[in-house]
Amino acid sequence: MKIHIKNGQLIDPKNNINDKLDVFIAAGKVVGIGAMPEGFVATKTIDATNLTVCPGLVDLSARLREPGDEYKARLASELQAAVAGGVTSLACPPDTDPVLDEPGLVEMLKHRAKQQGLAHVYPLGAMTRQLKGAALSEMNELHTAGCVGFSQANIAVTDTQVLWRAMEYAATFGFTLFLHAEEPFLAAKGVAHDGEVATRMGLKGIPSAAEALALASILRIAQETGASVHISRLSTAEGVAMIRTAKAQGLKVSCDVSANHLLLTEHDIAYFDANCHLKPPLRTQRDKAELSAGLKDGTIDAICSDHTPVDDDAKLAPFAEAEIGATGLELLLPLTLKWAAQEKVSLSHAIERITKASANILGVAAGNLSPNSNADLCIFDANEYWKVSPKTLKSQGKNTPFTGLELAGKVKFTLVNGQVVYHD
Amino acid sequence: MNNPQLDTDGQLRHLLSIEGLPKKILNQILDTAESFVGVAEREVKKVPLLRGKTVCNLFFENSTRTRTTFEIAAKRLSADVISLNVSTSSQSKGETILDTVDNLIAMHADMFVVRHAQSGAAHLIAKHVPPHIHVINAGDGRHSHPTQGLLDVFTIRKYKPELHNLRVAIVGDVLHSRVARSEIHALTTLGVPEVRVIAPKTLLPAQVEKLGVHVYHDMDEGLKDVDVIMMLRLQNERMNGAMLPSSEEYFKTYGLTPERLALAKPDAIVMHPGPMNRGVEIDSTVADGKQSVILPQVTYGIAIRMAVMAILGGGTGAAL
Repeated sequence: MKIHIKNGQLIDPKNNINDKLDVFIAAGKVVGIGAMPEGFVATKTIDATNLTVCPGLVDLSARLREPGDEYKARLASELQAAVAGGVTSLACPPDTDPVLDEPGLVEMLKHRAKQQGLAHVYPLGAMTRQLKGAALSEMNELHTAGCVGFSQANIAVTDTQVLWRAMEYAATFGFTLFLHAEEPFLAAKGVAHDGEVATRMGLKGIPSAAEALALASILRIAQETGASVHISRLSTAEGVAMIRTAKAQGLKVSCDVSANHLLLTEHDIAYFDANCHLKPPLRTQRDKAELSAGLKDGTIDAICSDHTPVDDDAKLAPFAEAEIGATGLELLLPLTLKWAAQEKVSLSHAIERITKASANILGVAAGNLSPNSNADLCIFDANEYWKVSPKTLKSQGKNTPFTGLELAGKVKFTLVNGQVVYHD
Repeated sequence: MNNPQLDTDGQLRHLLSIEGLPKKILNQILDTAESFVGVAEREVKKVPLLRGKTVCNLFFENSTRTRTTFEIAAKRLSADVISLNVSTSSQSKGETILDTVDNLIAMHADMFVVRHAQSGAAHLIAKHVPPHIHVINAGDGRHSHPTQGLLDVFTIRKYKPELHNLRVAIVGDVLHSRVARSEIHALTTLGVPEVRVIAPKTLLPAQVEKLGVHVYHDMDEGLKDVDVIMMLRLQNERMNGAMLPSSEEYFKTYGLTPERLALAKPDAIVMHPGPMNRGVEIDSTVADGKQSVILPQVTYGIAIRMAVMAILGGGTGAAL
């Protein structure tokens, strides 16, 4: 199939393109930008008048719930949600059941994901066996099976000796570790930011210091071992400052923020809204402002959806007992656009944070429309509003703090390997 | 977001928390309770305000005192009362809170009195029930215990009617206390100008001063010239851990003794929500002394709970 995407505003941050340019696709690859290649005869034309054309989005953290938690979500439903959100590549954390610490499981997941023919799935392998924080997993075997990095999901490694060894080992082979910075003793049983709102609501708090302490250990050990570390879902002002310093010192560190944390604060919990039970917790207005500033100045590299579908019943419990997480794949684009509009950030700069930047962190060939790259594209209407509701979401997880909100940014077409996999 | 406790006309629909309730509604409850105080002294201790209604006490966490006072209050209003200790029945079989509630709605309960160990449980139930059913929070986690907060200010008003002229100290485990939170909101909403909390840092929640209180760590300093001392219960499980080293040390530093009581105003009253740990947070001579109003608190608790149920059930003064 040869596709001609015409009249759209093309934004490709990797190639510094933000212009009205046509895109030409053949055999699953981008074969031309702007001028039609010689002899190109389109079998399909997509009219992108008044639409934005950009590389397919790359999400650094999306739970697909397979294997093991199929009652919460399934590969088919979540990959459909991904392409409905314009996400064509995603990394999934290893906290499945069983956890992704066996090459066979990773191969099976890759295979089953590929069969769907929707978004590309890049698993993050378990850094330690069973995520128990004791013995290292077979990182090389897992890498061969398809893991693009290693992670502990939300489970902290309490033993700094193990963390040190994991970093040394990963650094030996050039693997990146994806770590969530939260000191587990300070955070024990906590469900909200340890501040005014938690105090009023009588919820057990997680102090900002829990992030700072964990981050201090991780960064110090990364410095000693030379490991490449990606900090997942930063949540505090202090964390942003620490990453800024670490980057200035030349550490191999990158980090992301979830779209939820970029737009919400502890006050959004309102009357115990269980959809706001997230990890890390939503923090203060000041933290949110610093996350935003860090994202603008490049301290924070990327925005992730932190897609975590939860079944409805698991949210119908008192706040602390309600399961952690919110659906996010279909909200990554509109929430990124909302942030950009609020902060007066250019569209291309915002798109960069969910394409080029995240692809770089994963080290995968995605997030750009260079000649001969995979034709993974997202075509959207930046000005069309849609209402977030269980009906409009494809994900099996309907839980999100943004339910009922009208958001701008509607995906019209998503292409993966030159095939239209979603059309609004 | 709409306040889930009020209906569209601003009338009380559920009682979930003192926070967010206007002064007018607090006064309505207190004034209504005033008219119920006398009922208990009559020969026939009953009024027919809730005749034909079914009040369901749904206790997911054990309690004897609070459940009993709610039971008595409902019976004095002529309601039919069912009391369920869910902690020992369905929950242990894995039934969810809302399944339990649905079953009781199917049995035509009109009002739920809910206690649960998790903050927000009463809100969850209130959000779930159909419009004609009312929910009263009888304590959720560390969050709120609104009838206790109300009965405490009712008691204060009885002894010290000039609320706008008072200095009140709340002493003890504020961190884990839903009672303290409700008391603070009730006092500040009703215009008490100075509310103090006295506790070691381990027993105070983050940014507690944002609730509008003055923080003291020194008991002697905090009690100076106060009109009301509200002691909080210290649960045994807080002892001998990282919160506090021992009950002996706690009593030495934060226990209310006659010597410490003398630092307050001479006519200061002493309160405690019960159950008391004599010799841990309060000395027996103080608990049983002439400044103690701990037993009147219990008596007034029934009037307050009657008032809340009567207001939610739709009728007040007329039937008296």
